[in-house]
Amino acid sequence: MSPLQLCLAFSSVLFAVGLAGALARSNAILVLLGIELMLNAANLNFIAFWRYGPATSPSTGVIFVLFSIAVAAAEAAVGLALIIAIYRHQRSIRLPEAARLKG
Amino acid sequence: MEPLVAHLWLIPALPLLAAAIGALTPRRGRRLAAGAAIAAMLGSLILSCLALHLALAAPSAHLYCNFFWFDLGNGPVRLGWLLDPLNGFMCVMVSLIGLLIFIFSIGYMEGDENFARFFCFMSLFAAAMLGVVVANSLLLLFICWELVGLASYLLIGFWFQRPAAAAAAKKAFITTRIGDIGFLLGLVWLYDATGSLLLYDGGRGVLEAGVLGNLATLTLTGGLAASTAIGLLIFCGAAGKSGQFPLHVWLPDAMEGPTPVSALIHAATMVAAGVFLIARVYPLVSADQALAAAPIHALSVVAAIGSVTALLGAAIAVAQFDLKRVLAFSTVSQLGYMMLALGVGSWAAAIFHLLTHAFFKALLFLAAGSVIHAAHHEQDMRRLGGLRGPMRVTFATFAVGMMALSGVPFLFSGFWSKEAILHAASRWAPSQLPLYVGLAGVVLTAFYMTRLLCELFMGAPRSPEAAHAHESPAVITVPLIVLSVGAVALGFLGTPAWPWLQSRLTGEAIPARSLLEGGGLMALSIVLVATGLGAGWALYGRRPRASAASADPLEAAAPGLFAFLGARMKFDELYAATLGRLNAFAAALADFLDRWVWGGAVALLAGLGEFTGSVNREVDEAGLNTGFNALSERIRGAGRAYSRAQTGEPQGYLRTLAIAFVVLALLILMGAGR
Amino acid sequence: MNSVLALIALATIGTAVTALAGRNLLHSVLLFAVSWAGIAAFFLWSGAEFAAFAQALVYIGAISMAVLFAILLTRHSRDDFAPEPALAGRAFAAVLTGTAVAGVLIWAVASSPLAAAPSPVPAVTVRSLGWQLMGPPAAALLATGVLLTVALIGAVVIAAGERPSKPGDPP
Repeated sequence: MSPLQLCLAFSSVLFAVGLAGALARSNAILVLLGIELMLNAANLNFIAFWRYGPATSPSTGVIFVLFSIAVAAAEAAVGLALIIAIYRHQRSIRLPEAARLKG
Repeated sequence: MEPLVAHLWLIPALPLLAAAIGALTPRRGRRLAAGAAIAAMLGSLILSCLALHLALAAPSAHLYCNFFWFDLGNGPVRLGWLLDPLNGFMCVMVSLIGLLIFIFSIGYMEGDENFARFFCFMSLFAAAMLGVVVANSLLLLFICWELVGLASYLLIGFWFQRPAAAAAAKKAFITTRIGDIGFLLGLVWLYDATGSLLLYDGGRGVLEAGVLGNLATLTLTGGLAASTAIGLLIFCGAAGKSGQFPLHVWLPDAMEGPTPVSALIHAATMVAAGVFLIARVYPLVSADQALAAAPIHALSVVAAIGSVTALLGAAIAVAQFDLKRVLAFSTVSQLGYMMLALGVGSWAAAIFHLLTHAFFKALLFLAAGSVIHAAHHEQDMRRLGGLRGPMRVTFATFAVGMMALSGVPFLFSGFWSKEAILHAASRWAPSQLPLYVGLAGVVLTAFYMTRLLCELFMGAPRSPEAAHAHESPAVITVPLIVLSVGAVALGFLGTPAWPWLQSRLTGEAIPARSLLEGGGLMALSIVLVATGLGAGWALYGRRPRASAASADPLEAAAPGLFAFLGARMKFDELYAATLGRLNAFAAALADFLDRWVWGGAVALLAGLGEFTGSVNREVDEAGLNTGFNALSERIRGAGRAYSRAQTGEPQGYLRTLAIAFVVLALLILMGAGR
Repeated sequence: MNSVLALIALATIGTAVTALAGRNLLHSVLLFAVSWAGIAAFFLWSGAEFAAFAQALVYIGAISMAVLFAILLTRHSRDDFAPEPALAGRAFAAVLTGTAVAGVLIWAVASSPLAAAPSPVPAVTVRSLGWQLMGPPAAALLATGVLLTVALIGAVVIAAGERPSKPGDPP
């Protein structure tokens, strides 16, 4: 396995962990954190390819990661605000209880 | 055109107006109804006298006034009225006798609560009868003819609560209707052949020479001329209305009506309408006389039926006990005489007899009415008697009428008019049978009238009603006196020595007959009259009937024949057994057809429609249920199934996404590998 | 080289797993911070120093704080942190899904012909990074700035919102 493949395997496993966590937990904040983990895994991917992948422009990978982190921050902020709003409605932040869109 | 001719329509219009007034007056308005009727008849009488005066000025002219009624598409339909001596005499007779009978009715119908209705109907009748008389169009005549029939129905059934009266009215209407069918057919045929129904129309009228010539030459199969056929059809109507054999059965039953009705309608006027009609269209029915090759002449048929009726009526009258029935059959017989006269070629004699008969028959009926009124509606002559004493005026006037009818010579009108008929019969070329029948009738007539007179007025009263009878009031007796004057005086207008009436009617100068010519016949008829009177007196006058239950001498002599004649020769039974049964069968057949055949067809169609409807509904429901509904259910089920995927849990969705990603990636990986 | 990577990977993954599987929410958040630190370490190991610093600042610095505040604001009772009894099925399905995804991804990675030869570390200075950012991605940068502003305002609006609701008030 080349280093690239190892890094990619690492990020895949991290992604899978984040996914499993997001699926398994019912606490909204933990689900959000699981999603953040998935985003982080994607960032790992970017840096891995920046480091070991075929050479392209020198800083594209990094710039991508910067943007990703910025967007993730914004998304986390909004998500947390939503969780607070949901808390106001149902007095708990358990995700299964927020199933009003159940068809 | 003379203003009187242009306004001739007023003569029938005045009584019609009185009828309208009478229809609108309440039951309490007796004076108004009666007053209007009498005033109208008086007006008509005055106008009729003026019209007669005008007509006599030019006896051979037919003054007419035609007008346009409506357009039928292939030609205009025109009506009109006519004035000639025939009309003039008839109008005067009808309005005069009508007026007298109206006055009589005031007294006779006093106790009846439907007084106003009576005068309304009587005025309607008078209007219709005068309409028949003045009509120049056969269509107008037919319309008024039917109105006369209607008025007769209404008046016969005046006391409709009595079942006998209602049945008699129905019988009269239906029997005359049978005759009217022939009349209508004749009219239609006439219109088809000539294109007009006007009698006199400046050369185009049906009775005028040109048109008649065509009709006479227009032959049908069997060599029968069209004019003969049409004439015979019109005669059907006349036979029905005038009670000729075989349509005479309604007239005796019509005596169920009040006596003034019997006097006016069934003695003087309506029944005379048939005779008048044939006299009116005489040129038409006699058009075939010139044709030697014709198989039948219309007038021969008329003469034959008239003869039969004359003899029949007289024979039955001999065996009747109800005094009005005697007079009814007498009327039948006398009408037969008139038809006989028409048939043997002398319509003037027929009209002469019609006029005299109107007077003395009305007189007889009114006198009978006086008797009935006095005896509290007892009509059986066996239970009456001895009325000569208390009812002198009635007896005297009845006797005058009886002698006029019997033909007591020289003084009474009936003698002269009957003599005219017999004279014409004797000169009829084809056969002398009508003459013999007429002579036989003379005997019988004298006989039964004597019988009636003796049973009513001679002897002792045979019942409490007869015993308590007293003379009727003046309002009843004065018309009797007036009529008896007419019954005497009218005869002198038509004696052979001075045939003024006949010549005025025909418009030709008729030479006076000397006593030698036809004197033998006159002597014979006088002898026969004497025989009849004598026989009647011998049987009924010399030894008057002792009590109501004692047998009639004729009945004792020939019980079988008497019973047969008394039962009116069983004509009613015959008709009931044949025509009645036929009608019942036809009705049952029609009912069967209606119920099972037509009704079945309709029910079948309805069933078919219902069946189609139910099939439709089944298909609809099945289609809806299994098809559309099931489809909708499936869609809803699918929707429900799909909605189960909407758990509302985001983690579930994410899980689904992840699994889908795995599957997709596997597909790509495994696919790319190949 | 590989051992450092293995260490970093182990630390990151381990803390992440522990954090997600834990019962105590606060502990989970703190462990997450360690996991993010691990990722920052990886960035450092890879030579993307600026990315590492950004990761550390943003995630461990800002996001953790935000999450902690959110936890504080949404505390109801101690029961929130209690385990859910009937969700073993869900956890199992989640683990299964995660395993499947990992398996597929690793298989994809393993079967791809990726370069075996190690290549030199690309030299990126902060200065050049700055110049680069002001170039073609300048619009994206500005948009990201707007996005962050909007997110800030939006989060404030959503989170601040209404007065504390009384029992009878409509939501």
